Amino acid sequence: MIWVDTILQGILLGGLYALFAAGLSLVFGIMRLVNLAHGDLIVMGAYLILLLTTLLGVPPMIAVLCAAPVMFALGWLMQKYLLNRTLGEDILPSLLVTFGLSVVLQNALLEGFSADSQRLPPGAWSTASVSLGGINLGVMPLMTFASAVLVIFALNQLFYRTAIGRAFRATSDDPTTARLMGIKPNTIFALATGIAMLIVTIAAFYLGSRANFDPSIGPARLIYAFEAVIIGGLGSLWGTLAGGVIIGVAQTMGAAIDPEWQILAGHIAFLVVLLIKPRGLFPRALD
Amino acid sequence: MNYVVTTRTKTASVAFAGAIVLIATLICLPIFASRGLIQDMFFILTMLALAQLWNLLAGYGGMVSVGQQAFVGIGAYAMFAGVILMGIDPIPSILIAGVAAMVLAVPIAFFSFRLEGAYFAIGTWVLAEVVRLFVAQWKALGGGTGTSLPRTATKEMWFVDAIKGLFGVKTSAARDILAYWLALLLVVLIIGGIYWLLRTRRGLALAAVRDNIQAARSVGVDARKIKWQVFLATAFGTGLVGGLIYVQKARISPDAAFSITDWTAYVIFIVVIGGIGTIEGPILGALVFFALQAALADYGSWYLMILGGIGIAVMLFAPRGLWGLINEKTGIELFPIRRFLHRKQAEDSATTKQEIPT
Repeated sequence: MIWVDTILQGILLGGLYALFAAGLSLVFGIMRLVNLAHGDLIVMGAYLILLLTTLLGVPPMIAVLCAAPVMFALGWLMQKYLLNRTLGEDILPSLLVTFGLSVVLQNALLEGFSADSQRLPPGAWSTASVSLGGINLGVMPLMTFASAVLVIFALNQLFYRTAIGRAFRATSDDPTTARLMGIKPNTIFALATGIAMLIVTIAAFYLGSRANFDPSIGPARLIYAFEAVIIGGLGSLWGTLAGGVIIGVAQTMGAAIDPEWQILAGHIAFLVVLLIKPRGLFPRALD
Repeated sequence: MNYVVTTRTKTASVAFAGAIVLIATLICLPIFASRGLIQDMFFILTMLALAQLWNLLAGYGGMVSVGQQAFVGIGAYAMFAGVILMGIDPIPSILIAGVAAMVLAVPIAFFSFRLEGAYFAIGTWVLAEVVRLFVAQWKALGGGTGTSLPRTATKEMWFVDAIKGLFGVKTSAARDILAYWLALLLVVLIIGGIYWLLRTRRGLALAAVRDNIQAARSVGVDARKIKWQVFLATAFGTGLVGGLIYVQKARISPDAAFSITDWTAYVIFIVVIGGIGTIEGPILGALVFFALQAALADYGSWYLMILGGIGIAVMLFAPRGLWGLINEKTGIELFPIRRFLHRKQAEDSATTKQEIPT
């Protein structure tokens, strides 16, 4: 029974990692850009929500709604004026610029909010749990997982059912031809990063509500997100959810054996998948 | 054959002579320099060595690794293991550090070479994290909290007594001088080695693989083999530097030895600011980096913010770095690797009518 419990908790934790990863997966899928500052952007989102919560005196849930448009705009501007300049055959500029951005963000947060760990003020429901056949599941983890499923469902709908999604896919497949059809790749990229930042805001809300955060934890979140994307297979959003779940289950099982092994177990699961299926579990296309 | 390929230029010959004088001066530096200066120079030299190695990997080999801290860390720990667990003197233990890093590079390359481009970058980072987490479990070397080199080992280190006698200084100062000389030796060997490599056929093949892997393969370059060789060689060098840094520090912990900021972020900024894909760039970058650090040391996180900002600006507006700007303006190359085709001045040049367009 304890193992069932552990695995269930792991699956729910996987939802959080899938939320971290969805934005990364979206941006990579459309413009082949790996944003090394992704983890730090999530942490920045958490600080923004915290700031709005204290400034406006509203619960974090409401603050998320206020933070989302700000984050969208930041993503748009960042892509339009910074990252679009780095795109191209050579991956070095985008890697180094986002790496620089990561260092700048981390230290700006450190300067602005100090190294003290923070937490979003909890609501009544954040400690509540429901009992399912003898197993207690927290409402918060359940909500996280549900949000991840919803986000990925919504992204898939956007991708395959709308004109914007068609433009995304066209630009991803062949930006030159897409341009001939009247699509402006740079605007599409800016929009995609804006949407990714909306997901980052949701991820930031759960990051800040579930546990303490401080300016230095971004890179570790980036690593989990990255592992989930690779395990799932590039370009597959449901695969990313599966990847997140695998990392989550591996971590909770590792922690059940020895708390020191939690993080290591997740990394080892990633390496095993990389060993057996280097292209991930559900690679979308052979590119 | 009436044509010869050379890479020699007049500036380079002057630069070579200048380098000899500079190295001689640096060897003699401990005679008149203060201990603080020696320590600063040690820092600059070790950062320069790491920067040259990362530049070889990323700038010439196209393998943008963000996980070089794995090799610094494992080198440092291997050196500690040599001293504490096997009772070897710290100086020869530095060689163990290099070997250990190269051995570790085999599984790391095996995994990370399955990933391409940006994913290779984060893959190396994950692997470095895995190594850090494993090493933090190594209870004999202090586990997560770390440990120090035993006092007897640092006191009776090779050459220390000789240096004490030579300069009439205390043990700790003599250790700094020794570490400084070793760092200088490493830098000379690494720069010399890289320069030699780039002038050989193998160096050409390496640049070809970086620029266009398919084209390189089509002219018979074994891309896989050359990537492996460069990855293992850089790991060996990085491990040596890691071992040396921690001989000087004499105190280790997993978080410090595997720090991505200290051993990878700084190194990347040095290379990018100085000029990636050149040997001169990292040298210039290391000096700029040190100057910035000295000027902004009191500002804590502002320092890193400024460094990151400069890195971004350089990448966007001058992707070839400071040295690239200088090179564009003046055409100076201190370590020329471009091949020039010269007609032999010899007797039979009149008999051939071939002209090779330049």
